[in-house]
Amino acid sequence: MSDPKTPALVRIEGVTKRYDEVTAVDDVSLEILKGELFAILGSSGCGKTTLLRMLAGFEHPTSGRILIDGADMTDVPPYERPVNLMFQSYALFPHMTVEQNVAYGLKKEGLPLPQIRERVAEMLAMVKLGPLAGRKPEKLSGGEKQRVALARSLVKRPKLLLLDEPLAALDKKLREHTQFELANIQYQLGTTFVVVTHDQDEAMTLASRIAVMHEGRIAQVGTPGEVYEYPANRYVAGFVGNINLIEGRVTGHENGRVTLRADTLDAELAVACDGGASPGDEVCVAVRPEKITISREAPAGCDRNVVKGIVRDLGYFGDQSLYRVRSKSGAVTQVSAQNLRRSAKLTVEWDDEVYLSWEIGSTILLRT
Amino acid sequence: MSEPAESHDERSLHWLRRAVRVPYFWLLLFFLTPFLIILKISLAEPIVAQPPFTPLLEWGAAGFEGLRVTFSNYAFLFQDGYYGIIYLSSLKMAAIGTLLCLLLGYPMAYYIARQPPGRRHLLLLAVILPFWISFLLRVYAWIGLLNNRGIINEFLLWTGIIDAPLQMLYNDFAVYLGIVYSYLPFMILPLYANLERLDLDLLDAAADLGARRWQAFVDVTLPLSVPGIIGGCLLVFIPAVGEFTIPALLGGADTLMIGRVLWDEFFVNRDWPVASAVSVVLLLLLIAPIMWFQRLQTREHEAAR
Repeated sequence: MSDPKTPALVRIEGVTKRYDEVTAVDDVSLEILKGELFAILGSSGCGKTTLLRMLAGFEHPTSGRILIDGADMTDVPPYERPVNLMFQSYALFPHMTVEQNVAYGLKKEGLPLPQIRERVAEMLAMVKLGPLAGRKPEKLSGGEKQRVALARSLVKRPKLLLLDEPLAALDKKLREHTQFELANIQYQLGTTFVVVTHDQDEAMTLASRIAVMHEGRIAQVGTPGEVYEYPANRYVAGFVGNINLIEGRVTGHENGRVTLRADTLDAELAVACDGGASPGDEVCVAVRPEKITISREAPAGCDRNVVKGIVRDLGYFGDQSLYRVRSKSGAVTQVSAQNLRRSAKLTVEWDDEVYLSWEIGSTILLRT
Repeated sequence: MSEPAESHDERSLHWLRRAVRVPYFWLLLFFLTPFLIILKISLAEPIVAQPPFTPLLEWGAAGFEGLRVTFSNYAFLFQDGYYGIIYLSSLKMAAIGTLLCLLLGYPMAYYIARQPPGRRHLLLLAVILPFWISFLLRVYAWIGLLNNRGIINEFLLWTGIIDAPLQMLYNDFAVYLGIVYSYLPFMILPLYANLERLDLDLLDAAADLGARRWQAFVDVTLPLSVPGIIGGCLLVFIPAVGEFTIPALLGGADTLMIGRVLWDEFFVNRDWPVASAVSVVLLLLLIAPIMWFQRLQTREHEAAR
């Protein structure tokens, strides 16, 4: 869906939002494509909610503009935008029934009553709430409320649907189920969704593209795979998934490959790199725990990316095991291994001396 | 849970039950007892004696001879059209006063509820501040303001806006002013308590769904503040119906309010039984809206479940 031929629905151009001294959103530019499920991922206070509220029209950018479908929305009030927001708190009207809640937006549009009824019924059927149409929100479960909120924000057929932490209020089981349901509905309707979340799993499974936000800025935009496997910087690498960050000094650079010395691991490392890195540079490389092979024997015919250590911690999860391996210097490397063979006995145990190794292609060179 | 903890719980529950009973004792002592006394007097006949009514229980030479009960006082109230007119007039004046309080109090409560917390408390304090001065004094103060030679008239004469003093005192206008002035805090406080709790996300949600600000107010804020409106209106309406001080001090001879009639019956006519009947009927008239409100609340409570 990141196909360049797909037109952009939303263009955020150099948007900044300042509150007195605090810069909540700092010169953010983004393009969100028609029909995609876009996630804005970041920890609390990173500015993602402010950005969302500016898209909805509740906040006015200090500078920059927001275009939706080519039209400048910067000065358009929320009630005139082709955008709807599903609130984190759901914000269902407590004095209205489910049906009245969903119908509210259409009534404000001035649609004739029979048409409203038809569209509300259609929407309630889609979120499987038909039988609860006459209930008040306080008599609904968390999952049902979430579906009412979704129906209410979709019934106006917005060009853009904003979802503020849509799954945060649900328990874990329901969250997994709802996640797929949400993606399904998005696929059915083809509406552009922008999901704001602090939960990386939610962003990874839901979204076609993710923007990682940090301190009011966009740290990286990419598909879930790109963000996970090719993090643009240290923040993204550390925020999305587990990772081992290793400091080192460049010792050589040839044939698109940089070699470096990592004192903390007492090891020579190698990483693929086209750009300029000259001997003596201090750099940081990263490797994901699942990319590392753990064994008790030294891997044959390999002198790069091999680290020796002792198993200090072992977490057994059934499908996989997580090891924390300590090198002589005290640095700890995380390794996760799939338990592919059925065996009640672990091949690697506590206090075993082990060799960790990984492919050159699995190593990530981080510049910042 | 272990045994001792359970008995501890039970003990504290026992104390709780006792504590809950205290308000009932209070009501029994200070509300029900005086009411029963008034009810008893309303069923007696007036006599020139001390006390000025016949006793309920008749004691003769042979001991207890029976109950002496008459409904003539109530019959008198209903036959004499005068009382009906005054009840209606009191209800009307209290209703108009309540409406004025609502129209004035709602925007004030709304404004206070939307202020940052620090200012909110300051403004609430300002609302409650008049209570620190005696009610009677404050009503008296209005006489000084509204008088023909009062501050307002003197000022208007001095500026030349008017050339004869305005008659602002001793009429219904002054009574309405007094009611609004005295009871406004009772309207603002419950409304504030309600409006302050309003989830502002709901207003954003309404705006998001296409409602302009005033539409969001009509569709969301107003219906959700109905309990506050009813609470405030009852707190103003009920005491205003039986109000004595304000019509007595600020009202004119033609201001008909039941509080003054009650006073006259007790202290001018010394007809305690009729006066008691007047107050029993007033009480019944006022209990009706309270019971209605109670039913509304329990119904809402049940709907919430």
